[in-house]
Amino acid sequence: MKDRALIPLLSAIALAAIIAACLIGSTPMSPGRLLAALTGAGGAGDAIVLWEIRLPRAIAAFVVGAALGLCGAALQGLLRNPLAEPGVLGVSACASLGATLALFYGAAALSPITVPVAAISGALAATALLAIAAIHTSSVVTLILIGFGLSSFAGALMALLLNLAPNPFTLSDLISWTLGSVASRSFDDILLAAPFMIVGLVFIVLSRRALSALSLGEEAAHGLGVDLPRARGFVILGTGLITGAAVSIAGAIGFIGIMAPHLVRPLVGYDPARVLAPSAILGGVILVLADIGVRLIPAPAELRLGVVAALIGAPAFVWIAIGRGRTHG
Amino acid sequence: MAEIKLDNVCVEAGGARLLHNASASFRPGELIALIGPNGAGKTTLLKCALALMAPSAGTVTLNGRAIADFSPIERARLVSYLPQSRPLAWPVRVRDVVALGRYAYGASTTKLKGEDATAVTEVMRDCDLNHLADRRTDTLSGGELARVHCARAFAAKAPLLIADEPVASLDPSHQFQIMALIRAYVDNGGGAVVVLHDIALAARFADRLIWMKDGEINANGAPDETLTAARMKQIFAVSAMVAKDQNGWSLTVTGRSA
Repeated sequence: MKDRALIPLLSAIALAAIIAACLIGSTPMSPGRLLAALTGAGGAGDAIVLWEIRLPRAIAAFVVGAALGLCGAALQGLLRNPLAEPGVLGVSACASLGATLALFYGAAALSPITVPVAAISGALAATALLAIAAIHTSSVVTLILIGFGLSSFAGALMALLLNLAPNPFTLSDLISWTLGSVASRSFDDILLAAPFMIVGLVFIVLSRRALSALSLGEEAAHGLGVDLPRARGFVILGTGLITGAAVSIAGAIGFIGIMAPHLVRPLVGYDPARVLAPSAILGGVILVLADIGVRLIPAPAELRLGVVAALIGAPAFVWIAIGRGRTHG
Repeated sequence: MAEIKLDNVCVEAGGARLLHNASASFRPGELIALIGPNGAGKTTLLKCALALMAPSAGTVTLNGRAIADFSPIERARLVSYLPQSRPLAWPVRVRDVVALGRYAYGASTTKLKGEDATAVTEVMRDCDLNHLADRRTDTLSGGELARVHCARAFAAKAPLLIADEPVASLDPSHQFQIMALIRAYVDNGGGAVVVLHDIALAARFADRLIWMKDGEINANGAPDETLTAARMKQIFAVSAMVAKDQNGWSLTVTGRSA
């Protein structure tokens, strides 16, 4: 079967992309020096470049991309809508808002973990609201509308904060958070986010059969024995935790959650359960490659990863959407 | 054995009376056709039987226990459901759709083994789907798709099947094919409740007809007892000629009755 080979193939590509990200940079490192730095046999400079700068950055890009790819696939399965992603339900926006609030009030200076915790809190607040709504409404449209309202409200508050920013320094901080980046991320940033991502992953893995069943519509899924409120709650909680953690690492990065599942879907027979894992890996690969691009493109100031992701993602998405429109009438 | 019993079930929504004092029971060994005009309450009745809707009065039990008390999995193992609208969100492969019928047994589309694999293989064969197993559902004809949905519902091997308009928008030959599949399911020990709009088809295949109008059950009995021109006029407000010969029932609607 094609889909059996897909995960190993994508994993190999992911590994290659991460290695490439370690080799490429302002001072290219030869594979020999990379190996030496990995095993601790190389020079101190190389070790610092690898362990403190390039590897954490590549891993951060992969983890964030994987998180967004997985959440996009899960939400699309739940809402049976190929345009769903954490952004649609307002989770990314609320996470960014949390982070922005922490920056605005200077809480970020207190401790390095304040901003990540604030981002995760924002995402959890949004998911809690969505989870409560999901228990009380059976309508997916209502859920999307609530997400849209959340997203708009968080966006408005963000704009207000930017508007009131006391000095240009804070403003540039806020902007860099909104545009998204994995530059100068450390393993600590990733480790802080990891527990939330793992718990979220468990919720999503537990819902994967329900996501397949939901292909037939909610009524048929009920008939099949799917506990709909539970499935909705799990997916929303899972994506909330993972998205909040991803935003805490890299800020808001769009389109990965839409792009990766779209590319994977035809390769796995469109089954929402089978889409999950490859979407995550492909999302990671896309973001690692995009981040290599960010570092290679000559620009007066380093481009933001979120900007580059959108520059690749948006046209790709439009192209995919047009193809889909043609086959689905 | 599984028996669904509806006892004086009433459903009201927004001041409208969708179902009033409906009592009926569904059990294996019987193919029941639920007939009546649009808006008669047929789908509402089925939704109550499946705990998709809570009655405002009356009780619905499955094997003597309130249907709402069953976990979704427990219920799904006893009652299989083929809803009226069957939107496929993704063009999933035929075999994967049928495999979803095993959901209540913990089967996953990604790994299908043991009894689940056997059940899926069996219903795929019975519903003549083997040659379509790897096809995307959006490449199927209406008749093929109807067979896929039926196979999915049969795959649960539940003692009861509730099917809401399983033959809607099918040509006569495919209508017969689907009804024959449901008939075979009942003859093999299952029980089925099927909403049908083709009265002659219902009379030909069903053991019992439940006639509904304006949220009430008007008559409940074998075609021989309940299918009459007078009933057609009363329920559907049409004048009709009803006849039965060695080829089965025939029914001609000659116009709307005054």
